[in-house]
Amino acid sequence: MKIRVNGVWHDVVCSDVASVLKELGYGDAVVATALNGVFVSVGSRPSARVSDADHLEILAPMQGG
Amino acid sequence: MKVYGIDLHSRLLLGTAGYPSPAILTQSVKASRTEVVTVSLRRESSGERAGQGFWSLVRDLDVRVLPNTAGCHSVKEAVTTAQMAREVFGTPWIKLEVIGDNDTLQPDVFGLVEAARILSAEGFQVFPYTTEDLVVADRLLEAGCEVLMPWGAPIASGRGLNNLFGLKALRARFPSTSMIIDAGIGVPSHAAQALELGFDAVLVNTAVAQAARPVEMAGAFASAVEAGRAAYLAGPMEPRDLAAPSTPVVGRAFL
Repeated sequence: MKIRVNGVWHDVVCSDVASVLKELGYGDAVVATALNGVFVSVGSRPSARVSDADHLEILAPMQGG
Repeated sequence: MKVYGIDLHSRLLLGTAGYPSPAILTQSVKASRTEVVTVSLRRESSGERAGQGFWSLVRDLDVRVLPNTAGCHSVKEAVTTAQMAREVFGTPWIKLEVIGDNDTLQPDVFGLVEAARILSAEGFQVFPYTTEDLVVADRLLEAGCEVLMPWGAPIASGRGLNNLFGLKALRARFPSTSMIIDAGIGVPSHAAQALELGFDAVLVNTAVAQAARPVEMAGAFASAVEAGRAAYLAGPMEPRDLAAPSTPVVGRAFL
C-alpha cells in the first residue's frame, strides 16, 4: 500500500506504525509519531493500524528557539 | 527564579537554532551559564538521522530542555506537537506557540488560550508565547499557566522591548507570576532592561547565534541579566523631566 511519510509517498508492506518504522529504517531512533494528525505514543504504535493513503509524521529533536 | 516548582539560578534561557556549528552552540551554552535551552521537533529522515546527533549533543550539555511548538498555526497542530515533544524529550514543559500572523509571527492569542487550556488539563506545564495584553495574560493564568512569556518584539527582529508601557503594566498587574521575555531581544542592554523592569528572565536565540562571535555574546548576555536583576533589586531611581544638580548647591562659592 502507499502511505505518505513526512510528506513523501512510500510503498510499505507492514500495516502498523511500529512495523512501518522498522521497515523504513528508523530502527531504534528517538522519534515521535503522528498518524493522520493524531499523536501515536511508543506504546500504542504496535496496535496503530496503517491504511492505504494514510499520512504518517515521524519527528525527531531539532534546534529551536 | 521558580518555574513550576523548579528553582533556576540563571535568568537567561538560550535557544539552540542558527549557530555556525554544533561546537559553537555547545560553547555558547556553557558561556551563557544557562540552565534551560529551547528545542523543537522536525521531520526526521531515516537516512540522515540529523535529529539523533542533535539530541545526543543536547543531552551532553546537562541542562533542562524546553521544547517548543514553533511553526504551529492551529490549536490541533500545537497540541499534537506538544504531545509528541513530551514523549521524545521526557518533560512536561512546553513552550507553547500558536502563530497567527506570518509576517510578524505574532501569536494567535485566541488559539493560544484554547491550546493552553487543553494542554494544562493533560498535565503539561505550559510556557505560553504571548503578547503584553493584560486580558490574554489573565485568560492564560485561568487556563492553568504558571509562567508567561510575553514578547519584547517580533521573533528575531532584535528590536528590544517595543512596548515599554504595556510590558510595565503587565508586570505590575501580575506581580507574583514568573515572566520570561521571549523574542525580540537583540543586544545585552535589552536583556538588562527587561530584568531592571522586574521581569524574571529572558529567552535569547538569534542575538547570540547570529552574533559575529556567539560565544562571547553569550557571555555578555549572562552578565547583562545578572546586572539587570541586581539593578531591579537595588531599586532604580524614577526618571524626571528636568535636570537637578547632583552636586550640593548649599555652600557654593559666590564668585
